[in-house]
Amino acid sequence: MAKIIVVTSGKGGVGKTTTSAAVASALAMRGFKTAVIDFDVGLRNLDLIMGCERRVVYDFVNVIQQDATLNQALIRDKRLENLYVLPASQTRDKDALDQEGVKRVLDELAETFDYIICDSPAGIEHGAQMALYFADEAIIVTNPEVSSVRDSDRIIGILQSKSRRAREGGTVKEHLLLTRYNPERVERGEMLSVKDVEEILAIPLLGVIPESEAVLKASNQGVPVVHDQESDAGQAYDDAVARYLGEDRPHRFLDKQKKSFLKRVFGG
Amino acid sequence: MSLMDFFRRDQKNSAAIAKERLRVLVAHDRLRNNGPDYLPQLQRDILEVIRKYVEIGDDDVVVNLENQGQTSILELNVTLPDQKP
Ligand SMILES: Nc1ncnc2c1ncn2[C@@H]1O[C@H](COP(=O)(O)OP(=O)(O)O)[C@@H](O)[C@H]1O
Ligand SMILES: [Mg+2]
Repeated sequence: MAKIIVVTSGKGGVGKTTTSAAVASALAMRGFKTAVIDFDVGLRNLDLIMGCERRVVYDFVNVIQQDATLNQALIRDKRLENLYVLPASQTRDKDALDQEGVKRVLDELAETFDYIICDSPAGIEHGAQMALYFADEAIIVTNPEVSSVRDSDRIIGILQSKSRRAREGGTVKEHLLLTRYNPERVERGEMLSVKDVEEILAIPLLGVIPESEAVLKASNQGVPVVHDQESDAGQAYDDAVARYLGEDRPHRFLDKQKKSFLKRVFGG
Repeated sequence: MSLMDFFRRDQKNSAAIAKERLRVLVAHDRLRNNGPDYLPQLQRDILEVIRKYVEIGDDDVVVNLENQGQTSILELNVTLPDQKP
């Protein structure tokens, strides 16, 4: 049975696509057959972050409208053989995704995949609702910042009332992923802490991804940041996925980095 | 206190301010999005009634709905102005 995970947030620019790419890659690295779908119709981005933009021939909407088969549209990742990307269309209107069509595609994927990751567009309208409707679980991507936390709470409300599982009397399992976290600023009292955000949203914490230069570098190169295991963000994503799969990994990168002796002497 | 001190102090506590604002805001959002439709009007009506007797601000009446199993509890918090000595 495939598990459908939506990566969602309400607010835009918080790290959903970065997270979708990292989580899908980390699952595939562990041997799970994984598909990652870009639901952001009109603002295709996931293919860039995955580094497969030049291999896009057909897209999600083509498959929904039955202009192409799923196999024609799925792009196999160049690094991980059991990872596939289903890109969004760049041009069509946002309402091109209909519930019936989305269901057909997900059902077909579910026959052969272990995990289906749905990268949601921003907002709480049609596109975001399509991305979350069939989800079994949700990763709520939140930045430690008032508008992001507020929007996350809205999207949690929608998951709890408008998803298929909610409609059928069940629940979507929620995971909080706090991203772009800056421990120095938290320590100075300038940024909400992990604890603050956990208290407000009241859903279980999956992980904390630090604000990291490695993320921009990864997106420049089209290589999901989890491949960069030297980097703090890469390690934090790997931890989060390990935790998701039931491993017991302590949270890291929550405290201010102590300056090393050399840095203290020579500055930096 | 200099202007710089003011900004510095302000910045130091800004996370705490953010948290407090969020706490109120999120409770309010949840109520509006998941609570019964009559709640906003109820809140306005209560505000009107209290204003017949004392002057209070728009945010001095806080309505909260808590679900406990089968029953819902409507909680009403009214902040009255300081009493003049
Ligand atoms: N942990 C992080 N550290 C630094 N920058 C980040 C981090 N996560 C995301 N970003 C940056 O934030 C921007 C938005 O990220 P993206 O994943 O596209 O968000 P969304 O899909 O939610 O709109 C991008 O420029 C990305 O590089
Ligand atoms: Mg995105």
